[in-house]
Amino acid sequence: MIKNTESLAKVIPTLHPVYAERVNFRNNSDCATLWQVLDSVFDPELPGVTLWDLGVLQNVTHQNQNDDNSNQKNQLITVVITPTYSGCPAVDAMSEDAIKALNDAGYAKVVVKVVLAPAWSTDMISPAGKEQLKALQIAPPRQDNRIDCPVCHSSDSQLLSEFGSTACKAMYRCNDCLEIFDYFKKL
Amino acid sequence: MEAAMKAKAANPFAIEQQSPLSRFVLGLADDALVLSHRLSQWCSKAPYLEEDIALSNVALDYIGRARMFYQYAAEIEGKGRNEDDLAYLRDERQYTNLLIHELPKGDFAFTMVRQFLVDVFYNMYLEKLVSSTDLTVAAVAAKAVKETRYHLKRSELWITQLSQGTDESRQRILRALDELKDFTGELFEVLDWEAQLVKTGVAVDRSILQAPWDAHVQKLLAASAIDYQDSKLQIRGGRNGIHTEHLGQMLCEMQYLQRSYPKMNW
Repeated sequence: MIKNTESLAKVIPTLHPVYAERVNFRNNSDCATLWQVLDSVFDPELPGVTLWDLGVLQNVTHQNQNDDNSNQKNQLITVVITPTYSGCPAVDAMSEDAIKALNDAGYAKVVVKVVLAPAWSTDMISPAGKEQLKALQIAPPRQDNRIDCPVCHSSDSQLLSEFGSTACKAMYRCNDCLEIFDYFKKL
Repeated sequence: MEAAMKAKAANPFAIEQQSPLSRFVLGLADDALVLSHRLSQWCSKAPYLEEDIALSNVALDYIGRARMFYQYAAEIEGKGRNEDDLAYLRDERQYTNLLIHELPKGDFAFTMVRQFLVDVFYNMYLEKLVSSTDLTVAAVAAKAVKETRYHLKRSELWITQLSQGTDESRQRILRALDELKDFTGELFEVLDWEAQLVKTGVAVDRSILQAPWDAHVQKLLAASAIDYQDSKLQIRGGRNGIHTEHLGQMLCEMQYLQRSYPKMNW
């Protein structure tokens, strides 16, 4: 997973600096195994989009930085997440899922800390996360603000409602294929 | 009478007993929760489905904001109360929201006019609160300001659309403005204890926002040929726990479950 994002950073020069910073932070962490375990935790309403991809997962640490990997299992693991929108009800489910994933991997003591700073933004979403959003027929936010229909890829669409099925989405209709789709709002 | 005074002084939760920071954060939390509840009353009753979803989502943003402020207020207070105690177990006189937030939802025009007026305010206010010297307050503001910008885009659109729509929709906008303009002055009033916090950079001097707020509101309404002037009559008291008759009724409904079945959980 880390290798993938690393190579992506080299191939795509337009990688957003906010996301590049996250990748850099993760690569410099000494908890590679923990990050990998958490790569199996998905957003409860966006199948296939991990907490890392979404930008919700900010950090994971273990108590004693000097211990080797085998001893980590007995240590207190702290997972740091930032909610997308203030009222996002998915935060509780995400926390539970993160704890469960780490427990299943043998880490018994896990706490989740919800932080407000840095405030989440769509710039934190990974390129893989944006691809997965498209696969779910949700138009991802783009740096150039274009909104492409996830079905026929036309950029000719109209806003139906500023809010969609969840706080993070708005509802659009494609003027070419007439499909109604969710747009992941840029924030 | 004397006994009543003593009882009041002894109440550790009385508004006057709270520290300025505690009052400040609690006031912001109350503003957000009360408005959130008014918005949520549209759920299943909005003019059409998309609007129903939109209003509920705005309510959700405000409830998130309220929770962040309540959690911090409980932490500052340090007397063992949690966010739910603060929301569900305080009486009307202990609520310190600014009055504009508590007025009944009214018709759709009233709800959107109120939303527009407070959205313009919050866009200016939160923008400044982001630089608060209190890092938790600044972090909540940084999160809320992004959401509030989006709310304003939507409420401005509705105000313009309804003002220039039918005679009926325009009349309703005018009626709402007429009712609400007596409650906007409080948004810009800095109380003594708040002024202390302004000095230390924790709070924002709200009084300097009045002029840019007036300019923004007047400009948008002028585009629909509506002349908006601030009302000379201004009804105040929210931050001191003095409310309109409507808040008590709202709290009766909102707190019913926790009052009837204390400690009840989902």
